[in-house]
Amino acid sequence: MKRLVYFTLAISVLIIGLFGINQSLNHSTEKAGTGSLTIYNWGDYIDPSLIKEFEEEFNLRVVYETFDSNEAMYTKVKQAGTNYDLLIPSEYMIERMIEEDLLHKLDKSQITGIDHLLPDLLALSFDPGNDYSIPYFWGTLGIIYNDRLISEDAIGSWADLWNPAYENQVLLIDGAREIVGLTLQSLDYSLNSKDLDELDEAKTKLDDLAPNVKAIVADEIKMYMIQEEGQIAVSFSGEAADMMAENEHLHYLLPEEGSNLWFDSMVIPKTAQNIEGAHDFISFILRPEIAAQNAEYIGYSSPNQTAIENEMDPELVVDEQFYPNLAALDHLEVYENLTLEYVDLYNEIFLKFKMK
Amino acid sequence: MERNRFNKFFDQSDSILTIPYFLWLAFFVLAPLALLAYQSVQGIDGRWTLENIIRYFSSTSYLKMTLQSFVYATMITLITLTLAYPAAYLLTQTQHKELWRMLLILPTWINILLKAYAFIGILSQSGAVNNFLEWLGIGPKQILFTNFSFLLVATYIELPFMILPIMNAIDEIDSSFVQASHDLGANSWETTKEIIFPLSLKGVRTGVQAVFIPSLSLFMLTRLIGGNRVITLGTAIEQHFLVTQNWGMGSTIGLVLVLLMFLVMRLTNKGKGKSKGGF
Repeated sequence: MKRLVYFTLAISVLIIGLFGINQSLNHSTEKAGTGSLTIYNWGDYIDPSLIKEFEEEFNLRVVYETFDSNEAMYTKVKQAGTNYDLLIPSEYMIERMIEEDLLHKLDKSQITGIDHLLPDLLALSFDPGNDYSIPYFWGTLGIIYNDRLISEDAIGSWADLWNPAYENQVLLIDGAREIVGLTLQSLDYSLNSKDLDELDEAKTKLDDLAPNVKAIVADEIKMYMIQEEGQIAVSFSGEAADMMAENEHLHYLLPEEGSNLWFDSMVIPKTAQNIEGAHDFISFILRPEIAAQNAEYIGYSSPNQTAIENEMDPELVVDEQFYPNLAALDHLEVYENLTLEYVDLYNEIFLKFKMK
Repeated sequence: MERNRFNKFFDQSDSILTIPYFLWLAFFVLAPLALLAYQSVQGIDGRWTLENIIRYFSSTSYLKMTLQSFVYATMITLITLTLAYPAAYLLTQTQHKELWRMLLILPTWINILLKAYAFIGILSQSGAVNNFLEWLGIGPKQILFTNFSFLLVATYIELPFMILPIMNAIDEIDSSFVQASHDLGANSWETTKEIIFPLSLKGVRTGVQAVFIPSLSLFMLTRLIGGNRVITLGTAIEQHFLVTQNWGMGSTIGLVLVLLMFLVMRLTNKGKGKSKGGF
């Protein structure tokens, strides 16, 4: 009993001590005043050396936190109490956050370098005037295949995934929008379809894909394709770039029916504390040499035209699969923010497909 | 049973000691359950509605999923029980019981995610198992993403939770009962059947509950090992909370899981008589 009392006492003292240290640490950072910038980004989505560079140049301490889904980010930002200064969500979530008045309007006089961006990637439907968002990276959804097991021209379209020859060979990314979307596109419908007949048709078509599906997974796709556990996969362009760097037999292709064109853009939430610092960070990322360094590190496609033309490895940017001719992009569609009701319906279709 | 325990608490004069227990129950058992029930009658737009419950019970896919979860959990429980009972019995007969018990507990210290990833390495096309099969001349087989691999890994993970309670229960049996049984002319099989097994049932019940209930919602294993080719209710709950943000539907499915668990508890506690312990 006595030992228990001592033990409890020791733990209490430890807790109080740690609490004190924590307080004094917090206090000292508060003293630094505007000296910090809190960034909330996807995991593994920036070259860490850029954060150091930014910290030194602007004399700011960067607090860097990561999320793994737009929805998780949204829930956290919407519940007050967070003070992120800069977020990097995807386009449909930005549309929703604009609608719900969660974002701070950008002061473009504080941002330099918007003119470096590819004009085709500005003024898109989710933020027509770029009043709230500046593109960070962009990319597509496509098919990755291994040329040792699948001949080069065997696959050219989404519809080819349904080929009975690929029984139990296809790995799919675990996302309802992505998979239902590609099924809609294979039927020549929009991947934002809200037409119940079209969705019903897509459901029937998708269920037919089940025999070909080996697994529906997430980040593990990279590992499985590199290790040649799977022959064909549906995933994002940046993920594909990572895989291709590890295994030269892998190739990425944009299906001929079209694909999803996605953006992750920098936005400032209403709750931001350091608005000036956030604008500085946006300008920093827009610098061509910084954008190029980041794109080469991450592997996703840069929206920075000057960087693509002058700064980056030419071999990388002539690759049509990762830097497709933007003039011909009319068959690429951007996700629109579906209402919750349709999000639910897409997921219901996907869940039933998983059960097949 | 439950009432007895509460009475016992009140009989003791130092009822102050029970305050943390009741606070714990209130905050971490009752409050979440109440929240779950409250959420389940909320629509996606925040209205009061019964549509989630109606949707659940009128959808063949949710009912099928429930049945699948139930079947998988039952299979996992039966397999672990079949493996665990003889193992537990033999372990109680060994010299270094405590060492064995320790070795059994050891794997549970490792994070379940790490164990799942280790199994991915072992079961994949280029993994140890397939290398062995190739050496045998059977050639590589698809093991990962099958029902078999899911059951194998789930069984591996749940096994200690079945062996330990059974081992404890057998351990507690007074050896004079066994001697008496032998003295009265029973052979080993009859002794096991008439004495040891009935007296160790308490451990079996605890083991079944400890294995069956978590097995109902192994959503992480269904994705990592089952490649989402095995779907249980956990998958649907995760989707509703994280993707569709339809917390109402997620809570409804959660409630169904809770009810299924109560059902299992009732069934396993039935006819327990006045034996002590268990839940």
